[in-house]
Amino acid sequence: MEKVLLKGNEIIGEAAIRSGCKLFFGYPITPSTEVVEYLSKHLPKQGGTVLQAEDEIGAINMCYGAACTGSRVMTASSSPGVSLKQEGISYSAAVGLPMVIVNVNRCGPGLGGLGPAQSDYFQSTRGGGHGDYRTIVLAPSKAQELYDYTMLAFDLADKYRNPVLLLTDGFLGQTMEPIVLKERPEAPVVDRDWIVDGCKGRKKRVLASYSLTNEIGEANNLKWEAKYKDIQEKEQHWEEFHTEDAEYLLVSYGTTGRICKSTVLNARAKGIKLGLIRPITLWPFPVKAFAPHMDKVKGIVTVELNTGQMIEDVKLTVECKMPVYLYRRQGGMLPTENEILDFVENKFSLSGSEEV
Amino acid sequence: MMDKVIIAGFGGQGVMFLGKVMTYAGMGSNLELCWIPSYGPEMRGGTANCSVILSDEEIYSPVIDFADAAIVLNKPAYEKFAPRVKPGGVLVVNSSLAQLENPREDITIIEIPATDMANEIGNTSIANMVCLGALLPHLKLIDLPKVEKAMDELVAKRRPELLDTNLLAINKGIAYKKS
Repeated sequence: MEKVLLKGNEIIGEAAIRSGCKLFFGYPITPSTEVVEYLSKHLPKQGGTVLQAEDEIGAINMCYGAACTGSRVMTASSSPGVSLKQEGISYSAAVGLPMVIVNVNRCGPGLGGLGPAQSDYFQSTRGGGHGDYRTIVLAPSKAQELYDYTMLAFDLADKYRNPVLLLTDGFLGQTMEPIVLKERPEAPVVDRDWIVDGCKGRKKRVLASYSLTNEIGEANNLKWEAKYKDIQEKEQHWEEFHTEDAEYLLVSYGTTGRICKSTVLNARAKGIKLGLIRPITLWPFPVKAFAPHMDKVKGIVTVELNTGQMIEDVKLTVECKMPVYLYRRQGGMLPTENEILDFVENKFSLSGSEEV
Repeated sequence: MMDKVIIAGFGGQGVMFLGKVMTYAGMGSNLELCWIPSYGPEMRGGTANCSVILSDEEIYSPVIDFADAAIVLNKPAYEKFAPRVKPGGVLVVNSSLAQLENPREDITIIEIPATDMANEIGNTSIANMVCLGALLPHLKLIDLPKVEKAMDELVAKRRPELLDTNLLAINKGIAYKKS
């Protein structure tokens, strides 16, 4: 099968084109710029349009408009830019608009720096803007997943009529790795009988999020809540790595999820029964992944590029049945596999039975 | 089997490009590859660096704490990255721009006057290719034919007039023996 060498951000662009995305609105920001750069070169050749908006707020509202007409649409930015988009994401969630939003997380807060971070976990998994809504959040950890999950993001957005966030980071965005340009499976047929594309010969449709009475407001909230529960039931995705007999677990996603696999292998070589749960969906958080391990795991370490955000979801999931610790790097720094293992060994007073 | 390589120098010395050549050389051999640039402010002045991982199995952690090999194109890069080569590893030093005091004895150090050699060929900007040549015999997963194929992809299509000079520089690097 065809293998190509591309930067992570370019892979997202290629996957979007192959997903049938026809419209892209964005405003460039490092380290996400190659997404718009790649698309502006290649999307027009496929009959699509790339428009650089006046700013991020303009871009997300253009996505809102395009999604209302039933077009597959995407925007991409990095942390400070995604903050600016939050109002538009909230409105899109309320109206039930399918769209894909890419956040190439850079370190923050404020203007921050260009290095990789996972500091936007809370923003991504708790809605991000005002009002009680959720976006589905996918967290790739390598080039092939950038490709696969971008395609999945479009499908999930359509399936649930909901914005989907692809949460990557500056490291994945800039790194170049070979990928297989898999042919896209048949796109699922989706219901489009809600779009506004001219009402000649049919009843008028309205896409708006304003509720005139509290009763209508509550009915809307219940409707959204039911959808989120449905997504939580059906769309928890994760990967397990050497968990079968694990006595200790790492929990980590994205770039650090990948680094942790090396940690697990190094630990195993020393006789330490370490495993990894790598969440693929951050919302819905893969609660189901933990159930089979609750009785035999003695402790958990979350590995994150922030002051400890996902650890809250892990603690809620395991309900204090075991200690949960955080190992983190911040400000654009990445941990090495060995410093994670040192932390695990120290925290649980382990010493490997044999040296590697 | 894995080759983890760090490449460093001034911005403009072709650090990123050298990494790309090595990465493209790994294509077509069904290898797993990672080209990881340093980017942002570091690119504009100071030390630029990138890392390349070539592997015949899946690359889990792409973070290199200790490299199998490194190419350093100037003194600041030498000082920063010489300690990051694992014992028994290989370090190629552009000795035109970096004289070594108390070099490590637990690694193989190849001192090669790459900038001077590039100037002799008539193009100062191909010191990076001279260094690539010097390192090439020490890499496990790529060799000269693979690099030639990569150069064909990366150079011949865009700047065909530079292809021969680049290949000459690589071959001079391979043939270099310290006199």
